[in-house]
Amino acid sequence: MAAGTIWVVAETNADGSLAKSSSEVATLARTLADAAGGSAAGIVVAAEPKAAAEELAAYVPRVVSIAEPAADGNGWAQIAAQRVAAILASESPAAVLTGAGPDGRDVAGTLAALLERPVLVNATAVTWDGGPSVEMSVFGGKLITTSGFTDGEWGIVTVRPNVVTAEKARPAGKIEVRKAEGDLDLPLVRVVERIEEAAAALPIEEARIIVAGGRGVGGEDGFKLVEEIAAELGGAVGATRAAVDSGWIPYAQQIGQTGKIVKPQLYLALGISGAIQHKVGMQTAGMIVGVNRDPDAPIAEFADLVVVGDLFEVGGALLAELRTRK
Amino acid sequence: MRIVVLTKPVPDPAAAAERLTSDGRLDRAASPAVINGNDEYVLEAALKLVEAHGGEVTLLTMAPPNAVETMRKGLAMGAHRGVLLSDPALTGSDQWSTIQVLVAALRELEYDLILAGFDTSDGVGGVVGAAVATKLRLPYLSSAARIEPNPDAGTVRVRRISPTGFDVLESPMPALIVGTQLLGEPRYPSLKGIMAARSKEIVTRSVVDLGLDAGTVGGGVSRTRLIGQQKPPARAATHVVRGTPEEGAKAIVDLLASRRLI
Repeated sequence: MAAGTIWVVAETNADGSLAKSSSEVATLARTLADAAGGSAAGIVVAAEPKAAAEELAAYVPRVVSIAEPAADGNGWAQIAAQRVAAILASESPAAVLTGAGPDGRDVAGTLAALLERPVLVNATAVTWDGGPSVEMSVFGGKLITTSGFTDGEWGIVTVRPNVVTAEKARPAGKIEVRKAEGDLDLPLVRVVERIEEAAAALPIEEARIIVAGGRGVGGEDGFKLVEEIAAELGGAVGATRAAVDSGWIPYAQQIGQTGKIVKPQLYLALGISGAIQHKVGMQTAGMIVGVNRDPDAPIAEFADLVVVGDLFEVGGALLAELRTRK
Repeated sequence: MRIVVLTKPVPDPAAAAERLTSDGRLDRAASPAVINGNDEYVLEAALKLVEAHGGEVTLLTMAPPNAVETMRKGLAMGAHRGVLLSDPALTGSDQWSTIQVLVAALRELEYDLILAGFDTSDGVGGVVGAAVATKLRLPYLSSAARIEPNPDAGTVRVRRISPTGFDVLESPMPALIVGTQLLGEPRYPSLKGIMAARSKEIVTRSVVDLGLDAGTVGGGVSRTRLIGQQKPPARAATHVVRGTPEEGAKAIVDLLASRRLI
């Protein structure tokens, strides 16, 4: 049986460029298609899809680009899912992949309902064995399960950021420009206002290095040191829920159970005890380094290195040492 | 306002006692359950909304019968009643089955808003809300940091977290909203609330009650299958450094340099 096509639903950034997570998911689709002996394809649905479609074509051999005027000024995911569902109706998909971030989940859930397809969520790795073999981290990372769709089924898989490294293919893929055809049946959700907030310089989901602060940082002033160390290392600033609840740092930078799940190469935790609610968001980091006054803090059970001491003293010395070695 | 809050009992993340049975299902007897953390945020938002606008909050849960224990906590926080979707036929339900069952139950209820949490701490899926909204043809507003209904106009506004700030979304009601921690800290049940919860009604609905064919939902017709399970790979032993701040800093920098991170 021919393996069919593994499709990617791409997300775009506010400036119309391709989301980093979509370049990762597209790379994964291509890798799986190679293993399956099938092909990979991507779909971009946006008011101005051209830029993202061109970027996406660097990763997969076929891109369907749909200019959808309604995507400007209305919630994106439901509109995109309807256009994707219409395209897939005349294709033979082997699987559909999306990101596992807010937009990726929304589009995956909507597509599942529209196409009446099963879903596997939050993949930490995907291989191909007659169908997607999806590794998931469940119960706060305490167990890793591998699941697939049942025989004869194809479904939708949401993929966590940073579990695949984006790699371009040569030559670039072909872009099919298509019109958005037919009515949108699902109710539109109007965007009545866009509020810009001072965002972190680097989103934590995309960072190779994260320097994070917890309750021990003590306040907004304390976070200046965290920021300085992050800047010196070229990393992003993260935080625990306690620090976010205290108003020292925005929720967008919260890592953990009700925040984000990250997988940087280095996680430097300053004044973070490593309670389970935080651990679930960062435990798969390549390397974990903690600075903590309490040598018995939970972080000492799973970090690679723990420096026992005052985070401001050690942090200050670290900053000096980093600058000396430059 | 009539608000239905989808709540799921999950293994208590702090207890760390999750175990799977030999057929790959959560051994719920071994895992003390709590209300999923993100569901508590939307429940809190629902309670504040009915305090401001009047109305009722209904908890809707699909789980084994012992879920009445976690639902009592939601009732003690102030929810008015509960509907528990529970049936041996639902054991081993995948996301697809869960969506069918929730949709069938919601078709029987009256509501202006359905609220659901951003995701659950056990599976971290976050796709059920969008699918349920789609099946019910409801406006879907997600990643909510604030929910502001206008009952007179029959509309609701939601501040949705965006990568650069917030998008203010507006739709007619009824609508389904998925909310986040930014909705605000959930309240603790008061003693009065705990007492009152004892006499609040929890209705249990079976698959047949919902008008569903038992052969179309549950583990028997799961469209996903477990291939394997394993413990996460153990991390290397922790190296602990005590000494002067400079020694600590040097240990960190040496490690980063050895891994070519600087």
